[in-house]
Amino acid sequence: MAGLELLSDQGYRVDGRRAGELRKIQARMGVFAQADGSAYIEQGNTKALAVVYGPHEMRGSRSRALPDRALVNCQYSMATFSTGERKRRPHGDRKACEMGLQLRQTFEAAILTQLYPRSQIDIYVQVLQADGGNYAACVNAATLAVLDAGIPMRDFVCACSAGFVDGTALADLSHVEEAAGGPQVALALLPASGQLALLEMDARLHEDHLQQVLEAASQAARDVHALLDRVVRQHVREAALLLGD
Amino acid sequence: MLKSKTFLKKTRAGGVLKIVREHYLRDDIGCGASGCAECCRTQEGPALEPRPRDPESSLCPQPHYLLPDTNVLLHQIDILEDPIIRNVIVLQTVLQEVRNLSAPVYKRIRDVTSDLSKHFYTFTNEHHRDTYVEQEQGENANDRNDRAIRVAAKWYNEHMKKITADDNHPQVIFITNDIKNKEKAIEEGIPAYTCEEYIKSLTANPELVDRLACLSDEGNEIESQKVIFPEHLPLSKLQQGIKSGVYLQGTFRASRENYLEATVWVHGDDEENREIILQGLRNLNRAVHEDIVAVELLPKSQWVAPSSVVLQDEGQNGDDVEDEEEKENTLKTAINEKMLRPSGRVVGIIKRNWRPFCGMLSKSDIKESRRHLFTPADKRIPRIRIETRQASTLEGQRIIVAIDGWPKNSRYPNGHFVKNLGAVGDKETETEVLLLEHDVPHQPFSRAVLSFLPKMPWSITEEDMKNREDLRHLCICSVDPPKCTDIDDALHCRELENGNLEVGVHIADVSHFIRPGNALDQESAKRGTTVYLCEKRIDMVPELLSSNLCSLRSNVDRLAFSCIWEMNHNAEILKTRFTKSAINSKASLTYAEAQMRIDSATMNDDITTSLRGLNKLAKILKRRRIDAGALILSSPEVRFHVDSETHDPIDLQTKELRETNSMVEEFMLLANVSVAKKIHEEFCEHALLRKHPAPPPSNYEVLVKAAKAKNLDFKTDSAKALADSLDRVESPDFPYLNTLFRILATRCMMQAVYFCSGMDNDFHHYGLASPIYTHFTSPIRRYADIIVHRLLAVAIGADSTYPDLTNKHKLADLCKNLNFRHKMAQYAQRASVAFHTQLFFKNKGIVNEEAYVLFVRKNAIVVLIPKYGLEGTVFFEEKDKPKPRLAYNEEMPSLKVEDTEFHVFDKVKVKVTLDSSNLQHQKIRMSLIEPQIPGVSGPTDSTTLNTDEPEKKRSKLEN
Ligand SMILES: [Zn+2]
Repeated sequence: MAGLELLSDQGYRVDGRRAGELRKIQARMGVFAQADGSAYIEQGNTKALAVVYGPHEMRGSRSRALPDRALVNCQYSMATFSTGERKRRPHGDRKACEMGLQLRQTFEAAILTQLYPRSQIDIYVQVLQADGGNYAACVNAATLAVLDAGIPMRDFVCACSAGFVDGTALADLSHVEEAAGGPQVALALLPASGQLALLEMDARLHEDHLQQVLEAASQAARDVHALLDRVVRQHVREAALLLGD
Repeated sequence: MLKSKTFLKKTRAGGVLKIVREHYLRDDIGCGASGCAECCRTQEGPALEPRPRDPESSLCPQPHYLLPDTNVLLHQIDILEDPIIRNVIVLQTVLQEVRNLSAPVYKRIRDVTSDLSKHFYTFTNEHHRDTYVEQEQGENANDRNDRAIRVAAKWYNEHMKKITADDNHPQVIFITNDIKNKEKAIEEGIPAYTCEEYIKSLTANPELVDRLACLSDEGNEIESQKVIFPEHLPLSKLQQGIKSGVYLQGTFRASRENYLEATVWVHGDDEENREIILQGLRNLNRAVHEDIVAVELLPKSQWVAPSSVVLQDEGQNGDDVEDEEEKENTLKTAINEKMLRPSGRVVGIIKRNWRPFCGMLSKSDIKESRRHLFTPADKRIPRIRIETRQASTLEGQRIIVAIDGWPKNSRYPNGHFVKNLGAVGDKETETEVLLLEHDVPHQPFSRAVLSFLPKMPWSITEEDMKNREDLRHLCICSVDPPKCTDIDDALHCRELENGNLEVGVHIADVSHFIRPGNALDQESAKRGTTVYLCEKRIDMVPELLSSNLCSLRSNVDRLAFSCIWEMNHNAEILKTRFTKSAINSKASLTYAEAQMRIDSATMNDDITTSLRGLNKLAKILKRRRIDAGALILSSPEVRFHVDSETHDPIDLQTKELRETNSMVEEFMLLANVSVAKKIHEEFCEHALLRKHPAPPPSNYEVLVKAAKAKNLDFKTDSAKALADSLDRVESPDFPYLNTLFRILATRCMMQAVYFCSGMDNDFHHYGLASPIYTHFTSPIRRYADIIVHRLLAVAIGADSTYPDLTNKHKLADLCKNLNFRHKMAQYAQRASVAFHTQLFFKNKGIVNEEAYVLFVRKNAIVVLIPKYGLEGTVFFEEKDKPKPRLAYNEEMPSLKVEDTEFHVFDKVKVKVTLDSSNLQHQKIRMSLIEPQIPGVSGPTDSTTLNTDEPEKKRSKLEN
């Protein structure tokens, strides 16, 4: 059997997108009333839920408190039903820890933590359905949740992945494209300043192509920003309407 | 752009896994007609002509586009490739199906599409908002795809109506050979024809009809309805049977001599039933050479012995089988219990390995008949029945025919005419035939491949100099045979301040231009090697690279991959380093010119000094190598002097060997060994290496026996012992004896092969007496060297790696192809020499020459004519002639004909003539003149040399 053709001669990907196009994104803010902030996002078939508590006083050991800023605590998990194969995923497996750490790095760079010394901000993210770009979906969901909680940030953090096939950079990889095993970049961008909050790469990629892939991922992240921005404005408008009643 | 898309989900459930895939539908996919106002997207790449004028069809006088279905694309690709057929819409659905069903056809259709003059357009219908269809309940995938194709065809016709103001809008004609599908299409208002109907309607181009593949369900009125062959079992049954051991899977190999006999090489490690013999038409059951088949073993009572009868299929068109049965019975004579072998019959075909076959038409005896038999050049392929109106023009021509099918009621497979190569005996035609028959890819490079060539004018940029050393100041020169245009190596040697010598081997940096995975890389990997024929070269890489940018010509800047050693004056390596470099060769010399410079007393320039230094070191290196047991073998290598106007060979010349030949060779060997060590050190699991296994002792028997007959004691237990034994061969009254022994020793050798270091434990190169070896020095003409360059570049950090490079299974597959291509290239080369030898003797007439006996067989002797390096067999037994008394002594070995005894290395005199009695298989005949044997030798006698057999002439053993 011939393997899957990731990019046809006509320039279409397996699911019909062109190289630089994102999957359909839908998002909602304030999905949980109990939490300080929450958001739900769908990027294609990848679905993630983010919940934010805080800033609040340190829970547990007070010794972990930072004198000059808030501690950002991130936890990542995947629902048992999130992949095709049902699998029990114990809390705190290696992959989840790593993902949590990456999220923490990303949000420490974005949240104005110095405003809340000696306190703690908790971000919980769960992937409900995984179809590629899990990290990106989590970051985007968490950004919305943090905004929902009203925690000041330098800027949105918008994330997107990109891959490289036959000399062309592909934005926002789906699971099928990830599984093909090519090089893959995950990038979190602060769109206003163009600063990178996180950049991670799997597999080897020739340095000549790096710029091209980064460019594609950044452009995709900017496209994500435009969408998230619209979601936030919509949410604020709705909230204002409710308040106005 | 994003919001304009609606999307649907395709859910595929299988087992526990639930796969959900997104499927986006778009509204921005154009119809492909250039200048279409509706689809405003400007077209890049292939596009349909707005109003195609031709071809003229009596069925559809309007301008029209063709829209073929999957089966038409798969089976009628020969037609679609014809320049007449243009403006074709290839649906994504169709293309994907083809991709899954046949990789070769898929590649061909892509090549056609990339040819802009063909106006083929691929319409991504599966993602178009209006042409996507979902699989309905109870509908299988095939039916769904057929429906998708019809929906797209309908959309196209409506779209064309919409965008054209007048009535004369282009039609989209659906081409399908599936009658039901065609009916459905017509019901839905889509103009639809079968491929045959459409092609026959092309009034201006009647010759196209011959290229139609004839499929079994079309016009088989002439075939007898009598079933000749047993039914083939379906694949599922075969797989079941193979699993349970009822059937065996193997490769079908037809016999060259006997068309009613074949063997099947059973796959797997089971030693016992490795080879199964099949006899008789019904047992062969329509299998064709190289097919993968399932066989059933017959009960022991029905086992047969391999027959030694030569049987050619000479019957005419008829399907009469009684005659065959009679012939089959002749096979069964002389049965000896011991000779019975496991026998079987073919129960089904697992995979056909049909390719287009070269051959000639045997015109039917019936004058008006359009059906004729085609006789392939390869005797293992059955004759093929084709339908053509041009039989009289095709007579005496070499043509290509493809098999379409082999119904069970037909004595011969059905096929169709593909191409006329030209008149038999014509040099161009014969070259084409031997390339095709040896599966040498020799088509011009496709547009897609050429698109990856650097743009001209080319020069070294600053970017290129990254990770590269500038060695342009060094006095580098190249030494090659005269008129060499693909120079892949250059050398330098200079004295360092510390008194040591610096020696550099600089190899064309081909991997700089051929980047992993692109079309150019894929094509070169497929070709594997450049093929050198007598007067033609089939390049592995396009000429711009092979003869220009990668050729290390003098006085131009070129990119190279350098291997630089520091040596003392005793040729001991003190330091080795590798670097990518830029060089500027100061001179491109021939072997003779270089030799002249070295020998000249008056020349003392930099180049000459450099050459002398190299020559001195090379001699030491060679001595050391020989002392270690490297073999110096010999082969009667002959070149043709070709007349510059007629291109006919006018004379033969044995290759002259100068000191400078071996000087260059020595440093190439050294570079290869150094690189092999380096890449193996760095990539112990996936280095591409070359090994030459030691031959099993039995191979040497003939050599030892021959030596014994000459009162010599030959030791063959190691390469060193063999080399020493060969050196001791000396006979003052027979100076050629040493060469003869070396020629014979060459025949005992195994083939050297490429392999992946992670898949093998034995790395030894027997002929070179080196523990490790690879190919690094000829990347322009060998693909293995390109891989080795890439590995070395990664090892020294000059280039980046890619996944396939470090995948040992991929590498092992690649090695398999390279070994196959090299073998085929060698055979093609020999066939080319054989053809030119025939031309030579055709012009020369009958000649008598001295020859030496190389081998003694049961009924013949194999002789070598040193003057021409020509080898041939003198048979002593012949059809329709009284047989002489023959006594064969296997121990000696010797053959006694009447009262004359022949031994290996005996001197004889033979008559050489060209036998043209069979137009397709011309032969050089050799017959004995001296010693005189009454009734055998003499001018009236004729015996044959069969030049088809590839084993007969071995060209020089490749290191
Ligand atoms: Zn259009």
